Amino acid sequence: MKPASFTYHAPTSVDEAVTLLAKWGPQDGRILAGGQSLVPIMAFRMAQPAHLIDINGIAELSRIAVEDGVLSIGACVRHAAFDTDAVPGTTGALLRKVVRNIAHYPIRTRGTFCGSVAHADPASEWCCVMAALDGIVVLRSHRGVRRLRADEFCQGAMVTALAEDELLVAAELPLLREGTRTGFAEFSRRKGDFAIAMALVAYQLGHGVMVEPRLAIGGAESRARRLPQAEDALRGRAPGAAAFADAGEAAAAVIEPMEDINNTAAYRRSLVRTLLQRALEGAQ
Amino acid sequence: MSERRAITLSINGKDHTVTIEPRRTLVDVIRDDCGQTGTHIGCEHGVCGACTVLIDGEPVRSCLMFAVQAAGHSIRTVEGLQQGERLHPMQEAFMRHHALQCGFCTPGFLMLAIGVLEKRPDLDGQELVDIISSNLCRCTGYENIIKAVRAAAADMKARA
Repeated sequence: MKPASFTYHAPTSVDEAVTLLAKWGPQDGRILAGGQSLVPIMAFRMAQPAHLIDINGIAELSRIAVEDGVLSIGACVRHAAFDTDAVPGTTGALLRKVVRNIAHYPIRTRGTFCGSVAHADPASEWCCVMAALDGIVVLRSHRGVRRLRADEFCQGAMVTALAEDELLVAAELPLLREGTRTGFAEFSRRKGDFAIAMALVAYQLGHGVMVEPRLAIGGAESRARRLPQAEDALRGRAPGAAAFADAGEAAAAVIEPMEDINNTAAYRRSLVRTLLQRALEGAQ
Repeated sequence: MSERRAITLSINGKDHTVTIEPRRTLVDVIRDDCGQTGTHIGCEHGVCGACTVLIDGEPVRSCLMFAVQAAGHSIRTVEGLQQGERLHPMQEAFMRHHALQCGFCTPGFLMLAIGVLEKRPDLDGQELVDIISSNLCRCTGYENIIKAVRAAAADMKARA
């Protein structure tokens, strides 16, 4: 249960970090941000990176900024930052609903939004948020900057488009229009465990019917994603039990759930149906 | 073996200069190199919370940080709670409400609860229970731990 040896690097600027990554990334170098997933994996010796590039000393990566309708979250912004009023408006309210589902308080003081996105655990709440809102990841390397949509970046369970010399410097979320109703629901057997399934919904009301519905699930499949078929069940209809039930059925029908020793595909399907309805019923 | 480096850790206001490998977790260095064995090691992968300490006032799992990362930050452990002969209100409340049996998880619970209540003195209800659920107690003394934390919250406010 002790991590294997590595060489430790502590850059103080993004340029320096990217230079270090160019050199050490191809030689089994890894970025260390909050460490709440990487360090346990190292303790189990499932990962034995030769180099760790610790980005916690890079002040510019701790910024949350709102510009031109886009929320930009720097690579070192902790989960706990979203349990405050740091993010304004409807988007801030949604992130506050979501954040308390992430692990436990002492994990949230340390773990980061972008680290969670880069780690791409299927049960990551932030991956679900990124999918639902069509977030963008900003990747920097010595070769330049790439900007990828969440669905291009996250390719499967802990598989992403991140190149070995790239640093995920920020995640961007387009701000939701004020008045958007949002809801989130997840299920795990114990508070703070990895979710077996989760659902996130956002929609606006126009002339009494739901417009621009966004609906994403996480935890159930190998990666979080929007479900267009379930969104179709909401679009143009009045919010209420009938539409919500149809969306739940549509979601349960189209997903390809993961299976594990405790959770069959049928169980996850059932959970998705229920959680989606709960998220819709709770949306405000 | 990776190169050792000299770092200085500030634990409960006292500087400890140690020469360590970067792979050493903070909790191991606090205990083995700085001799502060009040902080316990449970699961070593961030699940149990026995190793919870305060870094710059925030509760963190000290098994999920490398000691080299804690240089330059303020670390508080259970040893720093007692002031002279006087126990911290949280420690007194744990005794009064019988919030421990074997005591292994206690340092982690104390630091977790104190760290949270120092920031949010009025915390109560389900939110407080959720936060206490961060740590494991295998004697299952949770009810008494919750009672103790609630009582200590009032005492901490009175002393503040």
